[in-house]
This record gives sequence, structure tokens and C-alpha cells, in this order.
Amino acid sequence: MEETKNILLVGVGGQGIILASKILSQGLINAGYDVKMSEVHGMAQRGGSVTTQVRFGDKVHSPIIGKGQADIIVAFEKMEAYRWLDYLKTDGKVVVNNYAIPSVPSLTGKIPYPNQILEDAKELVENLTVVQAADIAVELGNIKAQNIVLLGALLKAMDISDMEWDIVLKENIKERFLELNQNALKAGMDAV
Amino acid sequence: MKHLMTGNEAIARGCYEAGVTVTAAYPGTPSTEILENMAQYKEDIYSEWSPNEKVAMEVAIGASIAGARSLAAMKHVGVNVAADAIFTYAYTGVNGGFVFVSADDPGMHSSQNEQDNRHFARHAKFPMLEPSDSQEAKDFTKEAFEISEKFDVPVMLRVTTRICHSKTPVSFEDRVGDKVKPYEKNIKKYVATPANGRVLHVLLEKKLIELEKFSNETSLNRIEWNDKTIGIITSGVAYEYAKEVFGEDASYFKIGFSYPLPMEKIKSFAKEVDTLYVIEELEPFMEEQMKANGIQCIGKEKIPNVGELSPHVIEEALKGTKAETLPVKAEKAVPRPPVMCAGCPHRGFFYELSRKKNIMVTGDIGCYTLGSAEPLNAMDTCICMGASVSAGHGAQVAFNKNKIDKKVVGVIGDSTFFHSGITGLLDIVYNRGNVVTVILDNRITGMTGHQENPGTGYTLMGEEAPVIDIASVVKACGVKHIETVNPNNLKESKEALDRALASDEPSVLITRWPCVLKNFSKEDIEEFDLKKTICKVNEEKCTTCKVCGRVGCPAISFDEKAKIDPTMCVGCEVCLQVCPFKAIEKVGE
Repeated sequence: MEETKNILLVGVGGQGIILASKILSQGLINAGYDVKMSEVHGMAQRGGSVTTQVRFGDKVHSPIIGKGQADIIVAFEKMEAYRWLDYLKTDGKVVVNNYAIPSVPSLTGKIPYPNQILEDAKELVENLTVVQAADIAVELGNIKAQNIVLLGALLKAMDISDMEWDIVLKENIKERFLELNQNALKAGMDAV
Repeated sequence: MKHLMTGNEAIARGCYEAGVTVTAAYPGTPSTEILENMAQYKEDIYSEWSPNEKVAMEVAIGASIAGARSLAAMKHVGVNVAADAIFTYAYTGVNGGFVFVSADDPGMHSSQNEQDNRHFARHAKFPMLEPSDSQEAKDFTKEAFEISEKFDVPVMLRVTTRICHSKTPVSFEDRVGDKVKPYEKNIKKYVATPANGRVLHVLLEKKLIELEKFSNETSLNRIEWNDKTIGIITSGVAYEYAKEVFGEDASYFKIGFSYPLPMEKIKSFAKEVDTLYVIEELEPFMEEQMKANGIQCIGKEKIPNVGELSPHVIEEALKGTKAETLPVKAEKAVPRPPVMCAGCPHRGFFYELSRKKNIMVTGDIGCYTLGSAEPLNAMDTCICMGASVSAGHGAQVAFNKNKIDKKVVGVIGDSTFFHSGITGLLDIVYNRGNVVTVILDNRITGMTGHQENPGTGYTLMGEEAPVIDIASVVKACGVKHIETVNPNNLKESKEALDRALASDEPSVLITRWPCVLKNFSKEDIEEFDLKKTICKVNEEKCTTCKVCGRVGCPAISFDEKAKIDPTMCVGCEVCLQVCPFKAIEKVGE
């Protein structure tokens, strides 16, 4: 029996985490896995932290994981990567977008945004990959595709990039944005 | 073909398959998406947003008496609002199958408390089902209608945030066709006078005995035998957590039908195992009943009754072990609290409110509760839906009576006003109060993700509807001092607030501007100037005094000078109006 794998996606409201998680989960279902995905709704849309958890394997019980249990964390914002590191297995992987979204205490000047946060994360995590997802997405034509760049990077890092992701993209993305997102997925895979 | 669905989507699908024809709800996290997903079945099911949970419950009850299978859905605190109806409908029993969903929020992801609504089943005497994943959410919904009709009782489907918002695979079945029973007038059953109620209560107690027999027999309550050293009694999502922690090393009694409990079956399970754990989220609902029946078990002495459970909470509580974690220094990540969005129409008015001295602001449930946060801090209380109006009146009465010089301002959203603000307003007028009530009308139910309400002109099923005019409702309540203002205009807001605060009679201010995240209706586009513009800092004029930071807009930050993120700014001009150096300018017009 294959061990259940745990993926934690973290970021900020509006970054497209829910859609990326949906595509990921649907692809895993299509590939025959048992899948559970948990998302935090509610106040998240108002600029708060957003997290989703995707678990897959032969048989998945709990929809959520605890601290020290994620095989991989994919962070859409770099401070969020650090915030959730205690959920990572001590030998787990991190894929992090080199992108900062300061929160209100930093915007109002109360607490400065921690510019060294990536270095701090690297000190703790051996297997950490930095992806310039925002730059890649802008180069492809739209910063909003950074979520799919990061999804591509995740698929590669988890060694599941050879499943039929194109079908799931077509099911979940509007026709006029499809090519952009297909390119974004591929660019993400190449970035790892 | 398996479909990946949230529990909420699965409950809606279950209603479809069960032949339901009427559903009603008031939105509330984590229940909202149940009815949002019902709209896709509008060919077969009539669904509505009701003004509050009590109305939704009563709509569904009426439909059930009329013969339809019907469902009402609400969050846990919504059941408090609707409780009056359901306690008596438990007595009368149903005609068409009747199910209501209580979506509890352990951990308070988006709620003001974490009450455990399983107690309602015992308190009001109706059966309860607790699914553990989306497949069960769908299957149990269908089963609940069967039980309701078989035993002539309303049924509660109790779910929690992790059931509602987790996606797990679901397989579909066809709709059975419209399930409708003939309506027959039956005064002794449906008219709950004292004389009828005395008879109905006796009948209900008999039904509960039958339901307990059913509970001992149904496959909804299922034993999984493994090693018998440890036995675990569990329900809802806690079952999944327990399986995660103990796997095949323990035997399980999975309770899907959790009121009345299958006590005989639990007793025989308890005899077979060496140590018996009760793993349940929040209250010791099952544990206390088991202990009252003389069953030895370990529950809340080890497992917390506060907050959400998770596999690691259970592992730590019962095994004393926990996963190794990286030595993270939590203080390195700056907190990221939710904030009012850039361009939120509540910001301008709350900014003016924050500058008033010697006032008490009674708040309510909605996005505007964020007005209590830094840097505005413009709220003193938030209790429950509608309390801004009535508790505001109570506070003002107490200040007046005790000669304390303080003015009270109650703030409430448009949807919340329709929900339960109107009766409070009647109270103020009737009892000659003089509190200021502010209705923050952002033309939608914002916090739960943009649901229509009686003021928006559209229904849940996407049809056009009469627009209930808030000012007319307020006038009809007897208020004479009514002003409608644009909350993005600070001068207008301040002056209206000053007039209201100076008044000795009850006054109502209505702030009217659509939520910045709303999909604007054609009426919004006609009424409001919504074309996209942005504000920009003129760096030559900016002195970095940071006054614009006091409005708490997430688009504004400071380096050498203030700067405004052009991707977030919508040109609401609130910061432009507070800048003492006129260093913020409008561009892109």
C-alpha cells in the first residue's frame, strides 16, 4: 500500500490557490488516487492567509494534516512559506514563490516586512526551491497565471508531472486563458 | 465516475437525488454553499435565500406540511435564531420529509462562538445524523428524508467546517422524481395548542423509543472490528482523524446516527474491548450519555473540549506522541489579519466614526466587524445578528438613565438589517430611544461571499425581484430623522453623523455604495459612478506624515514616501480626502 502524500498550499487571498488546488485534486482523482482536499474559507478573501491541503494515496482518511506532516509546502508568498514551516516534515520539500505581499502591520509601518525570510527558511529546509513565478507569469502575459506556474513546479517536485494535466486544465480554465495557463504549467515544471 | 465535491455540494446533490422540491437558507459560514449549489437544480427544486434562519426554517416546515420533501440550511448560530420553530415541529411531526442542516464551526474559522449543536437534537428531541465525508453527506441527506417520513419527525443533519469545506470523491445516483405527499388538513397534528401539544409530546416520546431501536439496528451505526485492545467510539470528521491515528490497531464504532444513541450496541461493543475511547469534537455529547448508562470510557479527560480536533491533537492526547517539527521562530512571520479590502465602502464611514470622541459603537456580524481592527478600532461590541440595534438601544438607555454623558451608535449591514435589525429599530422608536443607527448598505451580503438579499433586486435562482427600499422600511418603523450618504465622501459622512449625534430623537443613517468585490448589477452601474480610476501619490508633495495610513487601506504602504499599489486601488478617494498636504491625486479618469 502506497503511503498517503500530504501537500500544503499557502498564500494570500486572491492569488489563485483554490483553483490550483482544485486542478491538482481533480488530476489526482483522474489518475485513480483517493483524494481529500481541505480549504479554509470565510475571512480569507479579506487579505488574510489562505491555505489548502491536498492529501492523496490508496486510502485517505483525514482531510487535514497536523504539524510536521506535510511532504511538501508550496508557498505563493514567501513570508507565508516561513509561517507554515512547522507543518513540514523535517525532511520535507518547499517550493516558494519569490514574491512578497506585505500585511497590514508592515504597510502601516508597525512591523517591517522580513526581507531575510527566504534565507531564514533555507537555513531550516534542505530541499527548498525558489521559483520566480510572478516574473515567469508576467513574461507569459499575465501575472495571474503565477498560480499555475507554481502548480507546475509542484507537480515536478512531487514527481507527478507525467499525468494527464492538460485535460484537467481544459476542464477548469476558460478557453481564452487556456494557452497562457498551458504555457504557465510547463514553465513551472521547467523551473524545478 | 467519481466527482470531487465539498460536503456542501454533496448535501445539495443529495437533496436533488432525494426528490426534494423546496429548500431555504440564510447564508452563513460554513453552510452557505449548500444553497448556492442548490440553484443549479432550479428546474426541479425551488430554493430561496430567506431574510433569516427562522424564516428559512419556517418556509421549509410549511413546505413539508404541504407535502414536499424540504430542507433548511444554516450555520450553528443560525439554529439559535430558528430554534423556536424546530422545537415545536419536533412535536407535530412532518408530512413530506423534513431535514435541516446545522453547520457547526469548531475552531471558529469564521464564527463568534463554537457551540456544539448536537445538544439541540437531545434538547428538542429529534434524530440526528453526522456524516464523515462528502459521500456520506450525500447519502445521509437522502437517508435523513427516509427517516423523517418513516418516523414522522424532523431530522437534523449535523456537519462541521471540515465536512462542509473538504472535497472528497462522491458517486452520483439519479433523482427519484419529485417526492410529494398529499396534503390533508389535520388540526390535531399541526395546530400546536396546549391541548394538542400534551398529546403530541406523549407521541414524540414514543417515537424516540422507536428511534433508539432503529439506532441499534441501522447500518448508519457501524462497527469495524480490528484489534480489541483499544475500542473507539467516534462520529463525524473525528472518525477520519481517529482512523488516521490508530489505523488497524483499534476497533471502531462509527456513529452516523448519533441521536438517539445506539446504547445497547455501544454497551456490547464496550464489553468486547479492553480500553474504550470516545473521540468527539467539542462537547462530551456521547461520553456523558454513555457514562450515565454506566459505560466506562475515556474522553474529555484527555481530549480537549475547546477548538478543532485534528489527527495530531488526538495523537498527542491519547498516544502522547507528536510529529517532529522544524525549529521555526513564529515571530519572524508578521501577522496577516483580515482587513477591509482596498476600496471597501465601509472604510470611509468607519474612519469618521473612529474620530468621534465619547461614543460607544455597537457592532454586528459582517465585513464591517473588521472596523473593530487596527488602525480604525471603531467598534465596542459585536454579539450576534441584530444586536447592534437593540443592544445599542439598551446601552443608550442605561447611559441616559444613569446620567452618563455618552452617545451610542449602532452599525449594521443591509442583509443583517433585514435579518434581525428591523425589530430592534421598532423597539427604539416605540420606547422613545435616541440611539443613532447606521445601516451600511453595500448592496449585497458581503462577508459570506455575495449572496442576494431582499434589498438587491435578485433571488438565489437568479431571477429579478422587487427591491425592498431600506429608507422606506426605516420610515415605516416610525423613524423621522433618516439620511442617506455616500460613505466614500468623508465630509458628507461626518456632517450626517454630527447631525444624528446632536439629535434627541432616534436617527438612522444609511450609507449606500456597492461592495468593491461585487459583480455589479445593471442597476448598480446606473446608480453609482463605478468606472475604474486610481489614486496616486505626488511624491513632491508627500511629507510621509503617514496620515493616509490611518484609514487602514491595504493598497497604501510607506518607503521614503507613501505609495499606493495601482493593482489594488479602485480610486475610492478616502485617502485623498484625509491627506493634509493634498499629495494624493486622482489619475486615469
